[in-house]
Amino acid sequence: MQARLAARDIACRRGERLLFRGLSFECARGDALHLAGANGIGKSSLIRILAGLLRPFAGTVEREGAIGLVEERLALDENLPLGRALAFWERLDGCLAPDGALDTLDLGALIDVPVRYLSTGQRKRAALARLLNRNCPVWLLDEPLNGLDSTAQRAFEALVAQHCAAGGIAVVASHQALALPSPRTIALAEYAA
Amino acid sequence: MIAALLRRDLGLLLPGGRGGAGVLPLLFFLAVAMLYPFAVGPEPRLLARTGGGVIWVAALLAAILPLERLVAGDLEAGVFDQLHLRGVAEELAMAVRLLAHWLAFAPLLLLATLPAAALLNLSGEATRTVLLGLFAGTPGLAAVGLAVAALTASLRGGAALAGLMVIPLALPVLVFGAGALARPDPGALLFTAAISLGLCALAPFAAGAAIRAAREV
Repeated sequence: MQARLAARDIACRRGERLLFRGLSFECARGDALHLAGANGIGKSSLIRILAGLLRPFAGTVEREGAIGLVEERLALDENLPLGRALAFWERLDGCLAPDGALDTLDLGALIDVPVRYLSTGQRKRAALARLLNRNCPVWLLDEPLNGLDSTAQRAFEALVAQHCAAGGIAVVASHQALALPSPRTIALAEYAA
Repeated sequence: MIAALLRRDLGLLLPGGRGGAGVLPLLFFLAVAMLYPFAVGPEPRLLARTGGGVIWVAALLAAILPLERLVAGDLEAGVFDQLHLRGVAEELAMAVRLLAHWLAFAPLLLLATLPAAALLNLSGEATRTVLLGLFAGTPGLAAVGLAVAALTASLRGGAALAGLMVIPLALPVLVFGAGALARPDPGALLFTAAISLGLCALAPFAAGAAIRAAREV
């Protein structure tokens, strides 16, 4: 599994405001990176830049390996039962055994519940289930702990540890403290413009 | 991959699908055909002469109704972002959606044209021309609708704006499609089909670019 993620001298501008600049880092196989910072400092923008969904104002991003993104927006059909909403992405991702992820994230009992009835934490777990079934080396996670209870938080940290141990990369943007395997932290406040 | 996309889009857009409001454009179309004789009077010759044009205007307006939920919902939910990460180009997603959109509204509209033509006292010949014209023109209407829906998807109150923007862009389709009723040769129909195909070729690119631009907002 090839995996590399490198950012060189990234600057990000939203509207008229320069959020941060001069940000560089490199992640190789097995690295976990925690992007820390207060609300509005540009964590989500940085995640989207790393994913290639947003153009950086300056700098370049190099990626190797497929990217899985978990963000606030769920991208699951609200009116469908969870199982069928996830099935669309499983077909796209060529996932043949989706049940393992549902069990890991304790979603098995919810597959017949329409997505719009799920709670915040359950929605987050659904997005994580899609990420697991995508089976991709580079994880970009934007505030994955939001709404998760303490059991689910520990399960999530175990998942990230497992992913990195298998040679994957995990970049986690979160304002909360995280127990990641090889704790590398970038405090975005240091790069604020 | 295309099959999976098309299946999801059809589930979203078909009448009875989970997008809801699927048959409303159709009922709206029939309602216009029904109201027109009440408004201008039941004089059969007048109805027969103007009915074809009324059907075309009603079809154009009915094509505007489903635009609100065509792109905006998926854009807000981040579906196109997730597709992008999986290597599905926005243009491809939009081309598939164009096909699904057309399949969801045009065949039923053509069916509903038959009772509408009866209400408006159209001759068999005129009904045939209207049906052929709509068959040639609805892909163009769908294409314009899709491009405009994508352009306005990230705006607040975009749906109303979309309706207004579709009307001038759909004018060529209307002019030649309805114009086919006034002349005996098939030239106007062929021209309608040509405009439609041109619009269908352009729309996925315009809509795809609009979705990419919406990310930067």
